[in-house]
Amino acid sequence: MPFTESTVLLTLIPQGVKYCLGFLARERVRNILLQAVFLIVIASGCYALFTNVLANLSARGIRTGFDFLTQESGFRINQTLVNYSETSSFGRVFIVGILNTLLVSVLGIMLATWFGFLIGIARLSSNWLISRLAAVYIEIFRNIPLLLQVLFWYNWVLRVLPHPRQSHHLGQWLFLNQRGLYLPKIMLLDGSWVFVVAILTALVSMPIFGYWLKKYRAKTGRLWRHRYLVLGAIVSLPICVYLITGDSVAWELPVLKGFNFRGGVVLLPELIALLLALTIYTTAFIAEIVRAGIQAVPKGQIEAASALGFSLNQRLTLIVIPQALRVIIPPLTNQYLNLLKNSSLATAIGYPDLVNVFAGTTVNITGQAIEVIAMTMAVYLIFSLLISLLMNIYNRLVALVER
Amino acid sequence: MNIKRFFAILVLLSPLAITSAAGTTLDTVKTRGVLKCGVNPGLPGFATVDKSGNWKGIDVDLCRAVAAAIFKDANKVQFIPLTAKERFTALQSGEIDLLSRNTTWTLSRDSSLGLNFTGVIYYDGQGFMVPKKLGVKSATELDGASICIMSGTTTEMNVSDYFRTHNMSYQAVVFDTADQVAKAFESGRCDVLTSDQSQLYGQRIKLADPESVVVLPEIISKEPLGPMVRQDDPNWANIVRWSLFAMLNAEELGVTSHNLAQKVRSSNPEIRRLLGLEGIKGEGLRLNPEWAYDIINQVGNYGEIFARNVGMESPLKITRGLNALWSNGGLQYAPPVR
Repeated sequence: MPFTESTVLLTLIPQGVKYCLGFLARERVRNILLQAVFLIVIASGCYALFTNVLANLSARGIRTGFDFLTQESGFRINQTLVNYSETSSFGRVFIVGILNTLLVSVLGIMLATWFGFLIGIARLSSNWLISRLAAVYIEIFRNIPLLLQVLFWYNWVLRVLPHPRQSHHLGQWLFLNQRGLYLPKIMLLDGSWVFVVAILTALVSMPIFGYWLKKYRAKTGRLWRHRYLVLGAIVSLPICVYLITGDSVAWELPVLKGFNFRGGVVLLPELIALLLALTIYTTAFIAEIVRAGIQAVPKGQIEAASALGFSLNQRLTLIVIPQALRVIIPPLTNQYLNLLKNSSLATAIGYPDLVNVFAGTTVNITGQAIEVIAMTMAVYLIFSLLISLLMNIYNRLVALVER
Repeated sequence: MNIKRFFAILVLLSPLAITSAAGTTLDTVKTRGVLKCGVNPGLPGFATVDKSGNWKGIDVDLCRAVAAAIFKDANKVQFIPLTAKERFTALQSGEIDLLSRNTTWTLSRDSSLGLNFTGVIYYDGQGFMVPKKLGVKSATELDGASICIMSGTTTEMNVSDYFRTHNMSYQAVVFDTADQVAKAFESGRCDVLTSDQSQLYGQRIKLADPESVVVLPEIISKEPLGPMVRQDDPNWANIVRWSLFAMLNAEELGVTSHNLAQKVRSSNPEIRRLLGLEGIKGEGLRLNPEWAYDIINQVGNYGEIFARNVGMESPLKITRGLNALWSNGGLQYAPPVR
């Protein structure tokens, strides 16, 4: 056969095809290709849906885009952690809503964790009455829908609290009535930085001191008896500074003026009721998780600790809980996520959380449901993932270290 | 709760957007055999469910009038109760054909929602209600008060305007539904309940002791309440607009549901045109010639629906005021049928 281009092609093409087929036949390559195709199909589907919705919204004369975020809101919110007035923008409403959601969620998570551990341990108490009471609490509150509990506590709070003119009060400092819990407000005046620094020093030095105490004990095996004295010194530092530089810090007391109290800080009854409901509900779940975690610690560990002469408190804090945490953390994370998402029930009792002021009022004023709801969903998603991330990091810290 | 409904509407919105050019609203309604009308979940005089389970109210009667014009049967309406927050999204997404839910006509709502107002069924204004024991005589004495408001309403923004212009402070306590607002007011969570004046009278009769509260004299805003439709279907907007006009014209011409049998024999050309005996006969609306006759026969004229729902024949006992016909010194005025 003469050597021509066609013979080259004739021999090369089948080889090329064979090579390609061989390449495709490799499992890893095929899997990557399939997944890439799948990803492209999903992405183009989402893109088509997105552009289609936009096109149809504008064809129907419905305003789209995020310009509304700079527009003046024109409505009042009764609890704002940052400066806000009717002349603020909808973007500001978004921030106010997020902060209000975070406030109730963070407080709820802290309280529910604390009480959850308490009741979970009580559930395992050898005292029949205590363990039964804990069981009754858990069975009642985790089996009633949260929305009902929220409405119940709100109506209860409004019913038992008096009118502002007949407030329960603690001197001129604390007032409790249907409009909320009024507390004095700390006003930082000129030169108050000394006081702030004193408080920060106390706050930072406490854990450092605790750590040092632990080290000292591990090294010498001795408990340092004067620790309460030192703790007292840390607490009294800000107090002394306050007494010396007293005029740099002032208290603004709530005063009844006309219809309501003016001045001070107020905890709204809506916040109190929502916090009560979220805490009580989630506590019941956390208590069960804690119980399960403690029961997962082998009995021999506790018996060994008792044999070594550890007190009940030492057994719990040094032996049982550190081991139980490994079992507790993953389901506990779930409860934290649930609490964050459940806080959106705020809208049922008019607590100004993100869903209420942003996905509610803002949607109604601007009519831009898609943008607002998407932003709201993104916020819950991001904060849920953040909680997950933090808890995973913590979980890794307490996990069993293989040596 | 509401958030669930929002998501449901959002999910609905996407596929509907894809099939946006699927026939006119009238055809859709006729094929379905029933008109879907969005109304207030519970507002005395405007939309409430009575003891036997029937919807009653002036907003409800507008829905029934439109159904009578289309189907010759005022009962072919499916009422869909909506909170203030849900209403526009429900109409935009096509969940309802018509929104008749004491909605204030404003520039932003008319121009940025893809929706249009078709008229004013009730001229209202915002007022304040306070317990008598507070001894308040005027809204200017409300400095520092806690105020219960329904969220997502023009009311919420009017209060803000009013208190700012009068240099007064207030605390807003905001709820989703009229019932929640009334309950919070009754329990003492706030000193003042604010809403459109017509609603205040409705809220008042729902209280345990209606005599314990007083409605203040000030009216702080204009609240023209009217039905809304999607702005992509002018024919449908005409049908809703002229259903209301037919009831107004009927009152002006003295045609009621009771004297209809005599009026059919009337020689007055205006009455004859209204009842479809001569003239344009509803062709331009794509309705049958007796459309207005059916409305008056089955629902009544404007005076009748006003009297039985909010006026002297109802527990609310609201006077006609701004809602009297133009010929009686009010604002209600309908273009002629010719």
